[in-house]
Amino acid sequence: MTATVSAEAALALGDDALVLSHRLGEWAGHAPVLEEEVALANIALDLLGQARVLLSQVGDEDELAYLREERAFRNLQLVEQPNGDFAHTIARQLYFSTYQHLLYGELAAGGGEFTALAAKAVKEVEYHRDHAEQWTLRLGDGTEESHGRMQRACEALWRFTGEMFQPVPGLELNWTDLEARWTTSVTSVLDRATLTVPEGPRTGAWAAGAGRQGLHTESFGRMLAEMQHLHRSHPGASW
Amino acid sequence: MSTHDWPLWEVFVRSRRGLSHTHAGSLHAPDAEMALRNARDLYTRRSEGISIWVVPSAAISASSPDEKDSFFDPAADKPYRHPTFYEIPEGVKHL
Repeated sequence: MTATVSAEAALALGDDALVLSHRLGEWAGHAPVLEEEVALANIALDLLGQARVLLSQVGDEDELAYLREERAFRNLQLVEQPNGDFAHTIARQLYFSTYQHLLYGELAAGGGEFTALAAKAVKEVEYHRDHAEQWTLRLGDGTEESHGRMQRACEALWRFTGEMFQPVPGLELNWTDLEARWTTSVTSVLDRATLTVPEGPRTGAWAAGAGRQGLHTESFGRMLAEMQHLHRSHPGASW
Repeated sequence: MSTHDWPLWEVFVRSRRGLSHTHAGSLHAPDAEMALRNARDLYTRRSEGISIWVVPSAAISASSPDEKDSFFDPAADKPYRHPTFYEIPEGVKHL
């Protein structure tokens, strides 16, 4: 770890990318259509690339990914949520990629430790956000069935969205402004998709939000077990 | 959601400026915008292109294999149609 990099910030951003990458990778072999499977795998690989750069700034990337216990992960609870149906995956993508796009945009312009990574990644994430928007519009403004599923997905994941704007130590950003821009952007997409912006709380009692402190939801343990078991069973294995 | 409901699209990719778009393959997509995005993911993810066209496969008229003889055979024995009987002037490099 170099002295200039805030390890905590690199872990937070890196774990977000790693965990979401793994979740999206779970669609391989299960996506609704072949074309979409490749699209999701593409996004997963972009995120994995970001995770490798970020985790390498903190320590050994393999050790960090495969040998940390659940409570040592600093990712948002949003990204660890199970894929659910396709609408849940798209809602998760819309919420997260809108956030990541704004965040990397700020970091790329900010001249801090993450400038180089953010400048490259912001273009990738712009595509992820566009992909999620296109699907939200089509599912929301599609059939009665797709509209209903997309609305349920947006509502189910809404309580995980407040956590994104907890300030991350090491990132000097205007988090209030970031949240306002996120809300404007997501509201605009949901409106055009004929969906209703969920009204539930995003912070406080019923909202989620301790992923950055190492507290995670039930399904995350299972995901980690699957992600880590090969490395733990065969330490140092390679192709 | 099934690809059976989705139309087929032909994808043309231009690999760099100055070259023409070349047929890369086909894919299923619900509409043109998604077809462009799917084409980007399927055919340009290893930096193969800088421009993509998608065309509904149904919009393409193709010559029929049955017409192969009448279409193409007559061209086989007309060597005078090839520019091999000219002397190429000096200085012409890319003929």
